Amino acid sequence: MRKLNITFSLLGLCLTVLPSLFVFYGLMTWKIHTQLMFAGMLLWFAFAPLWMRKRKI
Amino acid sequence: MFYSSDHKGFPFFISLIIFLAAIDSPLFYWFKKIHPSFLLVKIMPSEKTQSIADRLDQLYEFDRETVAESKLQSIGNFIGMYAGEHVAGTEFVIGPLFVVHGVSARDLFLGLVAGNILAVLSWAFLCAPLAVRTRLTLYWQLRKICGPYLTAAYSIVNAIMFCFLAGAMIAVSATAVGLPLGMPMPGLADMLPNSVSWVLIVFVVGLAVTSLAILGFEKFAEFSKICSPWMFLVFVAAGLAVLPQLGCNSFGDFWKVANEKIWTGVPLAGKTKFTFWHIMFFAWFCNMAMHIGMADLSILRYARKWYYGFASAFGMFFGHFVAWICSGILCAAASGSVAPGPISYLGAGVAGPVCVVLAGWTTANPTLYRAGLGFQVATPNWKRWKVTLVAGLVTTLAACFPALVMKLLEFVALYGLILMPMGAVIFADFWILPRLGLKKNFAELTGASFSWAAGISWIVTLCVCLFLHLEIFFKGLPGWFIAVILYVLLSAWEQGRKKNKLAFAEATNA
Repeated sequence: MRKLNITFSLLGLCLTVLPSLFVFYGLMTWKIHTQLMFAGMLLWFAFAPLWMRKRKI
Repeated sequence: MFYSSDHKGFPFFISLIIFLAAIDSPLFYWFKKIHPSFLLVKIMPSEKTQSIADRLDQLYEFDRETVAESKLQSIGNFIGMYAGEHVAGTEFVIGPLFVVHGVSARDLFLGLVAGNILAVLSWAFLCAPLAVRTRLTLYWQLRKICGPYLTAAYSIVNAIMFCFLAGAMIAVSATAVGLPLGMPMPGLADMLPNSVSWVLIVFVVGLAVTSLAILGFEKFAEFSKICSPWMFLVFVAAGLAVLPQLGCNSFGDFWKVANEKIWTGVPLAGKTKFTFWHIMFFAWFCNMAMHIGMADLSILRYARKWYYGFASAFGMFFGHFVAWICSGILCAAASGSVAPGPISYLGAGVAGPVCVVLAGWTTANPTLYRAGLGFQVATPNWKRWKVTLVAGLVTTLAACFPALVMKLLEFVALYGLILMPMGAVIFADFWILPRLGLKKNFAELTGASFSWAAGISWIVTLCVCLFLHLEIFFKGLPGWFIAVILYVLLSAWEQGRKKNKLAFAEATNA
């Protein structure tokens, strides 16, 4: 379960940053980029809290 | 405006996020751990008979002991902490302000590299070595040197600065919340509130931040750590996505576009021109209170080795290099706009303003909480929630003035400058006084309640800095040397004057 949570949250981060590279190279429209970023945000906040351990500092 | 009518789902989305935060959603599962009893955190109501010193000691009672060996942390925790802490809402403002101050691309990049390296070295060679030797918080270290009353004064000054800092965060968040509502954004020249809607939105955001700060900050600090990797990538993605709008379609074009369209070297009308030196000193001193001012003693006392101070490089180069560059690119793409909400939407769509709100919120909460903690010393018999509420009101009122955001660079420099002399006092007391045959921790040794040497050094340093014919960004460096020299001379005078008292105290302790 932990591995699944990590996988989905990392997928969220990939969806946040990778589409901007495609926009930069002219391979994707701005609108699709923002929609993928939105999806990436939902994935990150849905799954990251389930596995990110508490830091003690 | 960058917010177009084909994104009508935006208000709904913001409402959804707030709703999820408010209810027991699995997305915000940590919220339910906040029990009302948390409001009564650690501190019991003060007795009328207690002195200011007693009340302040009670507040920090849990940090009184030096850190036990078993509680020391690995370097990974410090890397995570620094990387998270320095990607905040204000990064969306600082990068654009560099652009409007007309810094050139070369000066910006070189200045940021040099300034951030100096900041990391300050953490590694000034703050961390002292932290691992004393393993005390800033509060207890100051109390040993300065006595309880001067430490109380320092706490109150610190709390006031925290209020203004939290106010800047609230104002940054308000630009994102107001975006879907069509609120007129404050401009660079706006020092006073520019519309009723701005004031209303600032009050709503301020109310939310204050309410959450009253609930206690530990859970929100946890939440901010979860936000930070995502927030950093939002900065990067937003910056990359707008580069084609500036005519940059490959990394080979970047330097040309950077010079011609982003950091052009020409300031906006009415703005002073920034050079390499402005950028270097700002990058070095924007966290002056933390490294040279020694506030991070409280953090680095958990480090196994002094060189964990180098972990600050992750905060500096992610937050104060990459994020500032990306937000500068966004400002140029937005034709010089500096309002964080609109420029983030331009680069990242809905995720951008959400990032701005979260970045402002997660930083404002602990800041306001700490401000409440500092003010509690001056408010006898007030419970924590009441003090935080008043601090929140002051903060929200301050946030209504866009000057706090538009003059953020000057405010951050002032914040570091005001707290820096006490860091210099700690440095001199620990490293220099014993080498001159003088006693360190003099207030603790003699049971003094106020160290005149430290107090005069603090005030005189600030007065001298005030009259120095330098821009505020440059005053910290001479100020540090002035504070160190003054403290050493005044300590020699004070310890000579109280020779008998010192001998008596030493005999009693022996």
